[in-house]
Order: sequence, then structure tokens, then C-alpha cells
Amino acid sequence: MEKILANRAIGGWLMALPLVVVLVLFLVLPIILIVVVSFWQATEFSIIPAFVWENYEFLFGSPVTYRVFLNTFKYAAITWALTLGIGFTVAYFLAFHIRTQTWQIALFLLCTIPFWTSNIIRMISWIPFLGRNGIANSALMSWGVIDAPLEWLLFSDFAVILAFVHLYTLFMVVPIFNTMMRIDKSLIEAARDAGASGVQILWNVIIPLTKPGIMIGTIFVVTLVMGDFITVRFMSGSQSANVGRLISNDISLLAYPSAAATAVILLLTVLIVIGILLRFVDIRKEL
Amino acid sequence: MTKVNRRTLLKGGTAFAAGTTLGAPMIWAQNIKDVTLRQFGTGVSNLNEVAQKVKEDLGFTLEMTALDSDSVTQRAATQPGSFDIADIEYWICKKVWPTGNLQAMDTSRIANYDNIVGIFRNGLLTPESTIAQGTAPHTVGFTSGPEGTDFVQEESGWMTLIPTIYNADTLGIRPDLIGRPITNWSELLNPEFKGKASILDISSIGIMDMAMVVESMGEYTYPDKGNMTREEIDLTIGIFTEAKRNGQFRAFWKSFDESVNLMASGEVVIQSMWSPAITAVKAKGVPCVYQPLEEGYRSWGGGIGLSAALTGLERDAAYEYINWYLDGWVGGFLMRQGYYSAVPETSKNHMSENEWGYWFEGKAATDTITSPFGDPLAQAGELRDGGSFYDRMGAVACWNAVMDENQYMVRKWNEFIAA
Repeated sequence: MEKILANRAIGGWLMALPLVVVLVLFLVLPIILIVVVSFWQATEFSIIPAFVWENYEFLFGSPVTYRVFLNTFKYAAITWALTLGIGFTVAYFLAFHIRTQTWQIALFLLCTIPFWTSNIIRMISWIPFLGRNGIANSALMSWGVIDAPLEWLLFSDFAVILAFVHLYTLFMVVPIFNTMMRIDKSLIEAARDAGASGVQILWNVIIPLTKPGIMIGTIFVVTLVMGDFITVRFMSGSQSANVGRLISNDISLLAYPSAAATAVILLLTVLIVIGILLRFVDIRKEL
Repeated sequence: MTKVNRRTLLKGGTAFAAGTTLGAPMIWAQNIKDVTLRQFGTGVSNLNEVAQKVKEDLGFTLEMTALDSDSVTQRAATQPGSFDIADIEYWICKKVWPTGNLQAMDTSRIANYDNIVGIFRNGLLTPESTIAQGTAPHTVGFTSGPEGTDFVQEESGWMTLIPTIYNADTLGIRPDLIGRPITNWSELLNPEFKGKASILDISSIGIMDMAMVVESMGEYTYPDKGNMTREEIDLTIGIFTEAKRNGQFRAFWKSFDESVNLMASGEVVIQSMWSPAITAVKAKGVPCVYQPLEEGYRSWGGGIGLSAALTGLERDAAYEYINWYLDGWVGGFLMRQGYYSAVPETSKNHMSENEWGYWFEGKAATDTITSPFGDPLAQAGELRDGGSFYDRMGAVACWNAVMDENQYMVRKWNEFIAA
């Protein structure tokens, strides 16, 4: 027994075993099941185990699929750009402009306060704010900025992206702040001594060194936005669709095989996106 | 859930054991208190007040689960073991009955069977009535025998669902924000209400509202709105997709609360609506009218079905429950919210003369009308939108339906939402 444990390879495998079991049971098996079901047939109230391609044929044969995937990418791209801009700025301010660690921690915790309430509540509270007779419109009208209420504030792509940015910016702030905190301050001093301007330091020193953080934040935001359906449903007033909504519609109509096929394609798309992202930065090397 | 199942099972077992030793008549009184019936259905009639009253009047426990129409259909079709009583709509019955998950009910055990409104028996409200399009309740209300999984068109003595609740639906409007009379379904797509209209995002019901609008616009006359061909579905959804792209709709709603909020906040001034939603808007002090329209109403009906797995004492309790349901208390409770009861006469005993006059006979209220929950709904002198029972139920243009081309319609509907 002691000999076996002494063998480093076996010991390592044993230590990894609990995680392997958990991942296989709760991640790998469900995904395999989804792939299997995506080849099944469904009628209105029965699901028939089979091996047919009709779910995929219908998916790729419908122009709606392409439009909806395009829309999903649009939401992901715009949300990513905005959360990156805001997240980077906030993290930069926290990491380099706040001098004492106490204040850094205090302000960082301040950023997380909204997360003490649920996602859904934070999202829905935008609805009365942005509505035709909501606070935003009445304030703008009383200031004389506009004469008639702005219709596009609510139940529009604007509202959807606003909610996404609100919900997910913190997922960008945290990893970027984390990598920025680990940048050796002497590097910045050295750059300054060598005559670099603020912009040059930002571009040539800080951004390259925060790339892993940016990448982790990007993965968070992109996967969250691409997998979302409830934000799109509520904030667009059910008028826009993304892939998540296609899946949820299918599920509510008992079309599990069709939902599974859409889920498989979505999973592959997200994996490809992440694969491409990881080609830019080797997260494991830089962590 | 497993815990509940196990408990029910144990109770059933005890009841059975007691039954074999003590003899039948005794156990009834002794053990009915131990019976638990699990009922599920849409929110409209799954009310806790009903469960409480059942406990008081009949002694057994009724567990209620409220779900949306899609989930109800799914559950009735796929999880027959998860319920004892299904409170479903007739169009859902058309989908679920052939699966054999529900059992036929013997009408000779229903005391008030002969008093059930004609709509649910031969389809005729009055002898002169014509039968509306769609899945009319009587067409899926009877089966051939105790083991039947088919539908028969005559009163066979075996019912699929015992009717409990029904109503005639139309468009809800904000009269204060529209400021002129609305008399046709086509107004939903009137460019005047651009960005202020809404329709419900439940395909099987939404498509019927769409059909009412298309017919009212004079674009097309359907042979049967409740059973469209693929071309008719394309045409109907095409017209609405174009309107959507032109910005006609503010939002679509899927749940009752959403429809109330859209209307009460003024985001929407005209939309598909259900009658209690109108009540809820009015209860906030916002004017809202359930506008009767020239083309008539889109109607729906619900009923109680028994799970095929229900036997013995539990089934006896379920019949007891059904008889109690038709006996008037629930009817009065539902009618005071604006629905109709399957046996209106018995409900009359549980309503004041003023309430009966306002809700059923279409007379002006003589005093304040309040909901069963105490909210004032109408003041003295006011009339119910649409008038009396016979005015409203006599003007039904179509029933909620499920089409032969349902799957195609659902796909098209998804495209409409994504368009």
C-alpha cells in the first residue's frame, strides 16, 4: 500500500480523482446526453429515441437560425466592448490611482454591492425606470431635453445591452483588477525613468501585462451573454430573440430534441469563440 | 416531491388495509380525511381559497400546483403519475386525451350533470345558437366508454373533462389614452397605435387573436380559424410579421402580470388580454375596458380531468370533489371574478342579487361590486363590459384550439418572435 502511494503518478491520479468524478458526473455525462438527445425525434408529446438528422436539418435550413445567431453575436460583441471599456477603467483606477490598500479593498467591495441582490431583480428594476412614463423619460422631459418620451429606451436592443452591461461589468473588473494588482510597480517606474509618457506606459506595459485578466473577463462576459435568455426576453419585451430564447421556446413546447440540437450548436460556437480568444493569450502561462 | 408521493402512498395503503377489515361504508367517513389529491393546472382556477374550502367542506386535502399552459400540457402528457386531478383547457384535452393519461368520467355520478350549460353538452348555448369555430368544448368533451381514448360527438355518458370555468376573451383597451370608440379587432394593427399595441406570446392562443384581426381587416376569411392550413398560417403570421417590423408592437407578454403591467403603466393602450387582468388594472385605479367587438369573442373553457392512475378511495374523493365543485360555492367564487361557472344556477345561491345581476344578467350594479378578495371593481350604476351571459357567450366567434398543423404553426410562431 505504502509503495503504491509512494508512486507519484498513482498518488497524483488519486488526488485528481474526486474532481474527475464530479466533472464526469455533472458535466461530461449531461453534455453527452444532450448530444444523444439532439438526434432523437419528437412529436407533440412524445420523444422517440432515434438517430436522425432532422433537428439539425431544420436548424440549418431555417433563415431564422442565422438571424438569431447573428443577433446573439451582436449582443455579445457590443456588451464585450462596453464592459471591457468600463471594467478596464474601473480596475485601472482602483489599482493605480488608489494608493492605500484599505481604500482599494473598500472601493472594490463597493463595486460588488449590487451583487447582493438577484440578477433578475436588478434587471427588472430597469423596466419602470426606462418606461414611456418612467423616471428617465419624465426627468429628461422636465429638464426640457426632449419633448416627447423616448420610445427606444425600453423594449429595445438598447435596453437589452444596457441590462447586460449592468449585470456583467463586474465580471470584467474582478479579473482585470486582479492581474493589475500583481504588476510589479518597479516596471512602471522603470518605464517612466526611461522616458515613457503615461499613454506609452499604458499601452506598452500595463495592457500587455493585464492581457490574461482581460481574457478571463472576456470569457466570462461572452459566455454569459451568449447563454442568456431571460434578459433578452424581459428587456426586449419578447420582441428580440437570441439562441437562448430559441432553446427555451423549444423546451416549453416539449421539443427537447430540437432544443438539444440548438444547444449543441451553441456550445460548439462558444467553444470556437473561446478557442480563438485563447490563441491570443496563453492564460496558463501568464497566470 | 418524492416525500409527498411516499406519504400519499402510505396513506392510501392504510386506507386500503382499513377498508378490507372494516367494510366499505365505514371507511368513507373514517378515512377520507387522510386522502390527499394533487391537482395541477393553469393559474386561473388553482386558487388556495378553493383548497381551504375543500378541507372545510369535504375534509380531505387538495394540493394545488399552478403552471403555465405549455407546462400543463407537457405534464399531463408526459408525467401521468405526478397528478391526481388535471385542471386543463379543452384544447389541451384534445392533445392529452389520446395519450390515455386521463380516465373517462361516468356522468351518472355527477349530480348536476343535467344542469351543465349546453355549450359543454351539445355545443348549443340556446337551441337557436350556432357552434363557433375552433376546438368547441363539446367536440372533445365525450368519449366512447370507460376505456375510450377517442372523442365522440354525442352525450355518451362518459366525459373527458367535467367543465368548471370558461369565459369569452377580447381586446383590452385604455379608453382614457385612446379617446374614441373601438369596435373591431382590426384596430390592433391600426397604425394609430404604433408602438402601443401588444399581443400574447403563447402561440396556440395568439394565433387565434391574429386570425380574428386578419378577418376583421378583410384580408382573408378562414373556413376554420381553429384549424388552419399551412398557407393560412403563413398568411396570418406574414401580416403580423410585417406589422412587427413596422414597429406596431411595444412588447409581447407571456404571463398575466406582464399584461397587467404593460397596460397599467401606459406602455400599451390596446392588447390581447384576459378578464382578471382587466380587473387587476382597474384595481390600481387605472381605467381599462374589456372591449366587446363586432366580430365577437375568442372563447375558452376549462375542466377537471382525472388521472388514469386514480382508483378506489381517491377516485371516490375526486368524484365528491367534482360534485362539490359544481354545487355552487366555487361557481360563485369564480363568477365574482368575471368567469362563468358550468352550472350557473347553483352559483346564484352563493352570490348576492346585485352580484348576480351585474355579472350574469348584465344589469347595472345597484351597489359597489367587489372581488372575492375585497377589491372594489365597479360602482353602483356601472354595467359589465359586454353585457349579460347570453350576450357574451352568444357572441363567441371561435374557441381556443389546437390545429392539425400545430407543429408547423409553432415553428412559424417562433420565427415571428425572432423576426
